[in-house]
Amino acid sequence: MTEPRIAPEAVIELERQYRFQWEPAQQSHVLLYPEGMIKLSGSAGEIMKCVDGKTTAAGIVEKLERAFPGNDLRKDVMEFLEVAHGRGWIRTKQAG
Amino acid sequence: MDEAGFAPSKPAERKISNPLWLNAEITFRCPLHCAYCYNPVDYTRSGPELSTEDWLRVFREARELGAVQLGISGGEPLMRDDVEVMVTEAHRLGYYTNLLTSGIGLTEKRIAAFKEGGLDQIQLSFQDSTRELNDFLSSTRTFDLKSKVAKLIKQYEYPMVLNVVLHRLNIDHIQAILDMAEAMGVEHLELANTQYYAWALINRDQLIPSREQLVRAEEITNQFRARMGNRCKVYFVVPDYYATRPKACMNGWGSVFLNIAADGLALPCHEARQLPGLTFPNVRDHDVRWIWHESPGFNAYRGDDWMKEPCRSCPDKTKDFGGCRCQAYMLTGDATNTDPVCDLSPNHHLITDVVEKAQIPGQPVKVHPIVFRDDKNSRKLSQKEQPETTPVG
Repeated sequence: MTEPRIAPEAVIELERQYRFQWEPAQQSHVLLYPEGMIKLSGSAGEIMKCVDGKTTAAGIVEKLERAFPGNDLRKDVMEFLEVAHGRGWIRTKQAG
Repeated sequence: MDEAGFAPSKPAERKISNPLWLNAEITFRCPLHCAYCYNPVDYTRSGPELSTEDWLRVFREARELGAVQLGISGGEPLMRDDVEVMVTEAHRLGYYTNLLTSGIGLTEKRIAAFKEGGLDQIQLSFQDSTRELNDFLSSTRTFDLKSKVAKLIKQYEYPMVLNVVLHRLNIDHIQAILDMAEAMGVEHLELANTQYYAWALINRDQLIPSREQLVRAEEITNQFRARMGNRCKVYFVVPDYYATRPKACMNGWGSVFLNIAADGLALPCHEARQLPGLTFPNVRDHDVRWIWHESPGFNAYRGDDWMKEPCRSCPDKTKDFGGCRCQAYMLTGDATNTDPVCDLSPNHHLITDVVEKAQIPGQPVKVHPIVFRDDKNSRKLSQKEQPETTPVG
């Protein structure tokens, strides 16, 4: 199965019915949607923290590489974004 | 694991999971009279409604325990004028907030306030509550109202979620229902057959569809699904009477679901108040932590210590938890019995007898005319008298 490719210059935002937040009872970041919850792993949570509707995919990679220096994160981050896009958690923002 | 041995584990140490889903039935008042309503048939006997402050405290306490989803339901929740306050506080607390409404009372002023307060989702239900069932779907008044509300929901950028309850008397109109959903621009459509609790149990013979009706409705729904693709996600729920294994009711007793009724009674499901021998706590007397962790009512059917055969030795007991306690009680008189939907239950004939009778074409054999949910019938049912009935068709 191939996920639709995400261009590095695409601005990423959450799909409208999802909400992302830190959940103390779960000790993890979660995505909430109608009548459900997705518990995110630590790294997925860090990536989703950068999804703000303003930052591009490349910008997200850059931010994370600054936060976790010495790691080449491009491949992992882009892969996660593509999976998240395929599952409908995020979308690329239309220009204008 | 060098400590592992033959020492018996302490049963008291059983881990209790967090509630994830708080359902707030903020009122039993409702302008509709649906014959399949799952509110208690004796709702007129329930105590006064919780105050706004009580509800906000319940929201806070359940949130502290880990609840993330909040359903604001009823009755018709919009009968209360403090839903705006509740939504705003729920959002501040970090809930994903869902409003379950018939749309009656959903004005532009209110929806704007809900949006402002942070309401996440509106689930609109289509009710065929008219006493003249023949008017169903041809009632332009109802359709106009739903269309108006649907337009508001879109205008305020909510996903369009529609729930339609199906039963013997409307399921043959499935094409018209789907056409309506398409015209309204529905994105999530739930076509749920009646489950036979409360008012729907009283009216079960009139509500249960035949197998032929179900097959036909599902076929038409599948065609619609194929044609609509991603534009509309469709869920079709068959009555559990047509299953051979029970549903994993509430994902297990006291496992994820916490229901607080209009009068403050805390329940592991909508229907549990009827179970004999159990007393359920009221949020007026106890905090939610005690209710969830300590109250005898919430611990009654946790785990599997309470199970009898055939559940006790069944490999599926961790999957379906023996089905629904309320259904077991309503149909067999003992809540610790296997849900008779299960074909391993010695009481399974209680289900198949009803299903068999439902195959008789045309109108079901009427034991009594349909009993509509209203205050008068509820008062009569509270006294176990024969309810007022209205002839159909």
